[in-house]
Amino acid sequence: MNGLTFDIAHLLAGGLVLVSFMMLYQDRLFALINVFALHAIVLALSVAWQAYIQDAHHLYVTAAIALIFKALVIPVGLHRIIHRLGIHRDIETAVGIGPTMLAGIGLVTLSMVLMLRVTPEADPLAREDLAFALSIILLGLLVMVTRRNAVSQVVGFMSLENGLVLAATGAKGMPLVVEISVAFSILIAFIVIGVFLFRIRERFDSVDVGALDDYRGERR
Amino acid sequence: MSVVALPLWGVAALLGTAIAAVAIGRRGSATQLVYGATLAISAVVLVIVTGELVGDPAGVSAVTLPLGLPWIGAQFRLDALSAFFLLVVNLGGAAASLYGLGYGHHEPAPGRVLPFFPAFLAGMNLVVLANDAFSFLLSWEFMSLASWALVMAHHREQDNTRAGYIYLVMASFGTLALLLAFGLLAGLGGTYTFDAMRAAEPSQFVAAAVLGLMLLGAGSKAGLVPLHVWLPLAHPAAPSHVSALMSGVMTKVAVYGFIRVIFDLLGEPAWWSGVVVLSLGGLTAVLGILYALLEKDLKRLLAYSTIENIGVIFASLGLALAFKANAMPSAAALALTAALFHVLNHSFFKSLLFFGAGAVLTATGERDMEKLGGLIHRMPLTSFVFLVGCVSISALPPFNGFVSEWLAFQAILQSPDLPQWGLKVMVPAVGGLLALSAALAAACFVKAFGITFLGRPRSAAVEHAHEVDRYSLAAMFALAALCLLAGILPGLVIDGLSPVTLSLIGNRMPVQLAQPWLSIVPIGESRSSYNGLLVFVFIAISASLAAFVIHRFASHALRRGPAWGCGFPDITPAAQYTAVSFAQPIRRVFGTFAFRARERVEMPPPGATAPARLDVEVHDVVWETFYQPITGAIGFATEKLNHLQFLTIRRYLTLVFLFLVTLLLVLALWP
Repeated sequence: MNGLTFDIAHLLAGGLVLVSFMMLYQDRLFALINVFALHAIVLALSVAWQAYIQDAHHLYVTAAIALIFKALVIPVGLHRIIHRLGIHRDIETAVGIGPTMLAGIGLVTLSMVLMLRVTPEADPLAREDLAFALSIILLGLLVMVTRRNAVSQVVGFMSLENGLVLAATGAKGMPLVVEISVAFSILIAFIVIGVFLFRIRERFDSVDVGALDDYRGERR
Repeated sequence: MSVVALPLWGVAALLGTAIAAVAIGRRGSATQLVYGATLAISAVVLVIVTGELVGDPAGVSAVTLPLGLPWIGAQFRLDALSAFFLLVVNLGGAAASLYGLGYGHHEPAPGRVLPFFPAFLAGMNLVVLANDAFSFLLSWEFMSLASWALVMAHHREQDNTRAGYIYLVMASFGTLALLLAFGLLAGLGGTYTFDAMRAAEPSQFVAAAVLGLMLLGAGSKAGLVPLHVWLPLAHPAAPSHVSALMSGVMTKVAVYGFIRVIFDLLGEPAWWSGVVVLSLGGLTAVLGILYALLEKDLKRLLAYSTIENIGVIFASLGLALAFKANAMPSAAALALTAALFHVLNHSFFKSLLFFGAGAVLTATGERDMEKLGGLIHRMPLTSFVFLVGCVSISALPPFNGFVSEWLAFQAILQSPDLPQWGLKVMVPAVGGLLALSAALAAACFVKAFGITFLGRPRSAAVEHAHEVDRYSLAAMFALAALCLLAGILPGLVIDGLSPVTLSLIGNRMPVQLAQPWLSIVPIGESRSSYNGLLVFVFIAISASLAAFVIHRFASHALRRGPAWGCGFPDITPAAQYTAVSFAQPIRRVFGTFAFRARERVEMPPPGATAPARLDVEVHDVVWETFYQPITGAIGFATEKLNHLQFLTIRRYLTLVFLFLVTLLLVLALWP
């Protein structure tokens, strides 16, 4: 493998991790969604680069899916949802930014140490890719855990899925059908969650999941 | 078509009957139809396997059906051992069906019994036929679940749901142990056919672990102490003909599983495995019969006595293991024959006794012996066959119980030839325990018969009792006749068992039918021999002679005088011996250490008019030692974990996340 292609792939995947970090400290919903759109764009670039260096044309389709759905359709949809719910002024701080960033750093370290340890024989590109993908998945989970608003939990979930796509494209020979089915399942999850958001909103006048807990009569 | 296909067709027919029973369960004629069908099927299979055992004893036929695990299929096999146990299962099944033809009419909810009865029979047949671990475990669970459904047939009665629950827990535990045992036997290669397991040579450690797991798995189903707790609860809870099947037959299927794995699949045993099985058997025998002695519920008494008999069987199996390990094949064959003979005998007389208890239950509605009594005048035929069962199970000649226990003691007398000192000391000690349990069993069944059938009625229900129907009587008389036949013609049974010992031990007892006058000679004429027929003829002649002399020479005048009431002024039925008072001396002797029994007499102060009280406190030591800590720990843990059910969504997410991170950390730090 020549050094430049590797470096570019490395750069794009690392950029994805960086954007994940950016997600951690967004305390406004619009900003969060914009960062998510950026996340999807970087993912699309990364996948397209993979398609180019692996000479796998079907990966261009994946990249296109990522670009169209994740960078455009879903963020626009989320924007509209937020407008209709009227929560664009909400600020949420479930866990402070400092500790969250520290936890994120810890998670990235963990996934690096782990992946580099368990895949010594693998292709170096795939190896780096897997390590970055695991970091992105863990950071997505972290977003889900630290947020209280249902919309931002959805965003965390989507960014987690981006990590999965990155891992899948980094490995050579993953059939297109798998990626498409993953993409569609995410889309369906988005629709279902969107419907649920409105349902929750109708019933509780809020999409703060804490309202659900209050409804169940439990302590937080 | 190979021979194994015939009993498999029988199983299919039984399953078909079970499904049909669901459809027609509500009709009035369903009872007749279902039990008639199971009787016919069991009888046909019985004839087939008997023919196989006698006609082609060394024959092995196997078949693979395209079911079960895809790469091995469902394998079934009929050899001498499974043929013998099929005989036990189907003989018990035929008898229970015949009994059910009459008894089933008293069933309040036949829809809860009829579908499961054939399914239960089918499950037991399948366990015995299975030739790979998957089919075995599946059939085993099927048998357990079908019998569980039968235990729960009268689920509204007090304590039955608890019995069903404990049975279910213990059955799952037992299956888990079996699963692990087969996993170990299959090894890392994971070949789950019995043929592959038979060919493999497991290491010492694996063999020991498999023995322990089989003792847990098969032992919990058979009722080995301390895994017996479910048995006296569940067996009596079912309808009586099912109780008979569970006690008389299902415990034998568990014994089959043990023999199949330990004697057949595991290869050469270690000498100490004999010690383990022996001592568990001896302990089970004595504790089982002590529990039975303290019991006043007739069906529970019978269930506890089942535990004792399982103890006798396992002690004989342990002996066979010890002899087999020390390359003493003739002694091993003797011990194994004793065990298998007792399996057959116990299925006869325990079914008979449970049928008798069922007859008493239908006639009076009572299981509590303290409310029975005097039934011999109202149910003469039932009491006669019950007496035959009691005599057989007490191991009195000329009936069958004596022969198998005598053979077991003959095997114990071979123990001085064993090389290991552990066994030399252990075997006579277990022999002592078995002798003790045999004596206690006799006392127990004197109590069971005496309190139930003799004396004067203790409740109004007994006064109006009537003899039961023809079918029930026919089933009981058939079993009583078998008890007598196996007792006076034991050579026939011993020779019938020879192919089984030949295949498992590689040796057999000497041919008994060649002996003159139908004697049996287990080792040599000089050491011991027994002739049941002679004893029977002697008893018959001397008894008729005595009867003749009395009737001929004694006075014919009938005199009725007042019974001597030990100075008690008001002679009511309550002044008779009761089940508890009969057992009191034995409770005094053994109860203090076996049950931590305490007696307290509270005398009123002089001048007070209050009656004196005698309080007896009896503990179930096994339950309190082994089970209460477990139930307590589980209760504590569930209480602590309960609030985990009511967390917020974010906390659940956090838990999942933290768990994932922990796992990753472990993976990262693992050296």
